[in-house]
Amino acid sequence: MKLKNNFERTVVVLLLVIGGLLVSIPFIWMILSSFKREIEVISIPPTFFPVEPIFSHYIRLFTELDFGVYLVNTLIIVFFSMFGLLLNTMAGYGFGKFHFRGKEVWFSIVLVTMMIPGQVTMIPTYLIINGMGLTNTMPGIILPGLIAAFNIFLIRQFMVTIPDDLIEAARLDGAGEMRIFFRLILPLAKPIVAVQAILTFIAGWNSFIWPLIIANDQSLYTLSVGLSLLKDENATSYALQMAGSSIMVIPILIIFVIFQKYIIEGFNVSGIK
Amino acid sequence: MNKKKLNLIPYIFIGPAVLLLFVFTFMPILLALVISFTNLNLTGLADFSTIDFIGFDNFVRLFQDDVFIQSIGNTLFYVIIGVPLAVGSSLIIALLLNFVSNWLSTFFRVIFYMPSVTNIVAIAVIWGFLYNQNYGLFNYLLSVINVGSVPWLEDPMIAKLSLILMAVWKSNGISMLIFLAALRSIPTIYYEAADIDGANRWQKFTKITLPSMSFATFFVVVTTLIGWFQFFEEPFVMTDGGPLNGTNSIALFIYQEGFQYNEFGYGAAASFVLFVIIIIATLIQFKFRNKDQTL
Repeated sequence: MKLKNNFERTVVVLLLVIGGLLVSIPFIWMILSSFKREIEVISIPPTFFPVEPIFSHYIRLFTELDFGVYLVNTLIIVFFSMFGLLLNTMAGYGFGKFHFRGKEVWFSIVLVTMMIPGQVTMIPTYLIINGMGLTNTMPGIILPGLIAAFNIFLIRQFMVTIPDDLIEAARLDGAGEMRIFFRLILPLAKPIVAVQAILTFIAGWNSFIWPLIIANDQSLYTLSVGLSLLKDENATSYALQMAGSSIMVIPILIIFVIFQKYIIEGFNVSGIK
Repeated sequence: MNKKKLNLIPYIFIGPAVLLLFVFTFMPILLALVISFTNLNLTGLADFSTIDFIGFDNFVRLFQDDVFIQSIGNTLFYVIIGVPLAVGSSLIIALLLNFVSNWLSTFFRVIFYMPSVTNIVAIAVIWGFLYNQNYGLFNYLLSVINVGSVPWLEDPMIAKLSLILMAVWKSNGISMLIFLAALRSIPTIYYEAADIDGANRWQKFTKITLPSMSFATFFVVVTTLIGWFQFFEEPFVMTDGGPLNGTNSIALFIYQEGFQYNEFGYGAAASFVLFVIIIIATLIQFKFRNKDQTL
């Protein structure tokens, strides 16, 4: 459907601008408040722009509070979640392009785990990690989220479309299996892997529940767990809380804006019509 | 010889991922089923001999537990109000985006998708501040137009609606992209033919746009529904189920039993009740869809 005239076009754009503003208010308010003094943040009527912008809340997060440690832990989790994506991609390739004994059984296990709600496995996964003695350790935080059945499934769907002849030709040329995977398959699968990489990065950066359940020591806290601690311990320091939220939110928004093209195109790749 | 060597290769590719998935996701499913029939709690974890099989006691107890019954009611409330709002608003945004030029559409797609990539704790901090009864922006804006202060998170009924508003804001992005992809894939020739036949805009919308998007709509409704049945993070970070248990959901109930009261068996039993509810709701959807197609 197309619009008939300029008046209609203006109405649509106006509606989008209003909607966009409503959606952005929380972000705008967060950033503006993070540069205000605590006393200004709770003044009535509120100021829109900070009267006298200050940066001290951000400095306090890293000097008096442990946000530096939280940031490092978060980056460690992000790094390993990328490694998890590599394992997912390998498995997707294995399921998509090889025939082997037990393939159907293993793949149905992937499908079953995809369909079970996370709440069902939450308690027993904790018990297993506890049984392995991994509570309050970094591996305990990382391992449960490393593999995502849905990612294996999506990547497998893509791998199936790669022609067998291509792989056979590479084998005839004497390329090893790993070389084929890294040099031929990964570049071919770039559209789907790129989307997964961005989504995995975002998910790793935002991961909250497992670090919260597994980590007892503050030295293992991630940004999101640290932020929730900050919310409880400094319940009335709103400007400080807003600065903490900005640290958490702004990097991921920047990453998203840079790579949004891949995510949006990814929805066409995964073929939902 | 060569053939035999080749057969090991696929296991090298799937091995690590499948092993991890088996240990940390598949085994827990089986384990959940077993422990939901036991009285496993913190003492049982320290000393396995105190664990007893208690049959269906956990399930019987669940349906006599007022907190659980209330959390089922709240969850249904979230689903019934939240799913139409979430699906409707993302559809409207997608329709509007489909009208405008490419660069405008890209710009607003990014804006509307932003909340989906934002961390839930940060959202809780920001929205908690916006919803604050004394210093919050929302109540200030309302006071400007002479509306008294609203207890956004302090009243059980309003708190549920506040959480729904926040969750719709957060979750619109993905559904919007799916709807938009579906809209873009409708051939323009359909609309041109309708123009020749003199169809008005509403007719084109109901006879061409909506039917062409039936799969996307079905997909979005099913996934949104499943997501809202598992409503967890919003009440967890914003209200912790309060006030007066008014925002507690089934998923949050499971978390509380498992990790606050360490009633692992009881919590696992509740998780199976949730699972069954989700399966039933999904099956009903598929049934309706089949009916549509045979008509």
